[in-house]
Amino acid sequence: MSDILDVAVRLAAVFVAFLVLPLVLGQTEHKVMAHMQGRLGPMYAGGFHGWAQLMADAVKFAQKEDIVPAGADRRIFQLAPAVALLPYLLVLVVIPIGPGNAVGEFIDAGIFFVLAVLGIGVLGSLMAGWASANKFSLLGGLRTAAQLMAYELPMLLAAASVAMAAGTLSLPGILEAFHWWWVPWQIVGGLVFFTAGLAELQRPPFDMPVADSEIIFGAYTEYTGLRFALFLLAEFAGIVVLCALTTVLFLGGWHGPFGADGLGPVWTLLKTALLAFVVIWLRVSYPRLREDQLQKLAWTVLIPLALAQIALTGVVKVVIQ
Amino acid sequence: MRTASADVRLAADYFDGYATVGLLAVVGVLFIAVAFVAGRLLRPVVPTPEKLLTYECGVDPVGEGWAHTQVRYYVYAFLYVIFAVDSIFLFPWATVFAAPGFGGATLVEMFIFLGFLAVGLLYAWKKGVLEWT
Repeated sequence: MSDILDVAVRLAAVFVAFLVLPLVLGQTEHKVMAHMQGRLGPMYAGGFHGWAQLMADAVKFAQKEDIVPAGADRRIFQLAPAVALLPYLLVLVVIPIGPGNAVGEFIDAGIFFVLAVLGIGVLGSLMAGWASANKFSLLGGLRTAAQLMAYELPMLLAAASVAMAAGTLSLPGILEAFHWWWVPWQIVGGLVFFTAGLAELQRPPFDMPVADSEIIFGAYTEYTGLRFALFLLAEFAGIVVLCALTTVLFLGGWHGPFGADGLGPVWTLLKTALLAFVVIWLRVSYPRLREDQLQKLAWTVLIPLALAQIALTGVVKVVIQ
Repeated sequence: MRTASADVRLAADYFDGYATVGLLAVVGVLFIAVAFVAGRLLRPVVPTPEKLLTYECGVDPVGEGWAHTQVRYYVYAFLYVIFAVDSIFLFPWATVFAAPGFGGATLVEMFIFLGFLAVGLLYAWKKGVLEWT
């Protein structure tokens, strides 16, 4: 009985985190972007500094008519938002937040599971782009595919470097093996992982697939109401997952300068929040990369860097053995 | 000594975790289903032919949406498949390469492996595959 309760509590916690963290991040993005651009951002909804703006948005989205274009592939079009969103929920369950058993579920092949499931999210955008029967959506979908193919590889290689350092694929296991000097040791891999993750999420400066000035909103052009909201939620959930993963793999997760026992989850959340801030910051400060520049960056910069990181990890690891 | 039944139990424990993942997937599907049904109950449905028209900057769409387009990155796609399949093999290796008894030999093997990948990448680079025009 207590086992069932335990699992239920863990699943509920993961689900609540999945619903709440992206909203917090969304509101933060409104405000951080506003202040970086010298304006106020939403100020009315909810009274205090527009804290309820996203709730107001949700109400608006829920009331909007759901339009499926006459020419679209109806079933696929309707299912695409779910495919884009659900993988992020599944990934959250294996991310450890504190020491001991403060994790949704121990998965032995954690890194592997995470990378595999994250790839499915992109499939949602592809489905949307193809099923819309819209030229702009199709272009957006194809660009998404190009981005996935360019950036999955550096991400994979950078993650492999951490797995080599720790000698395990399990995320809690990696944190057990972590020492502070891993941060400078794996820093190149960390940067590659984070950059590649941004590109996979189609966040600026890698937002070519949704470039509004040329292809309207890419694969999501034809979406309205609730389904559009789910795509937006997927984007923010993706940022949360990417930042949490970078934290766990490269920044030591729940390890902190002090108080690792009681403050573990606080450190994890703090590092994740800091990375999320950087994601928003990058959106405000960098112009969009062109599609060929994107590919070139991945193949001529990130992949060689990731390979070099693997070599470095291998040599150091064997030497210190 | 591990017995056969112990091995079976080990394997069963190993896959136990995925039952929770499966449960969470069910929770997620339920969430989506509830959201879609609730959305259907809440929103208005007043379709008109104009609304259902494909949106292309406000002009009536010309031709089919599934238009022909040149996928310029198909060579990248091949590259990706080759490299990704290679890299998958890094993971099982990564968990054991520094274990006692492996040491230097596996390190040399790793450099050979990386050498293959690097030469492949250099070849593609020299061939001009990574230029996009």
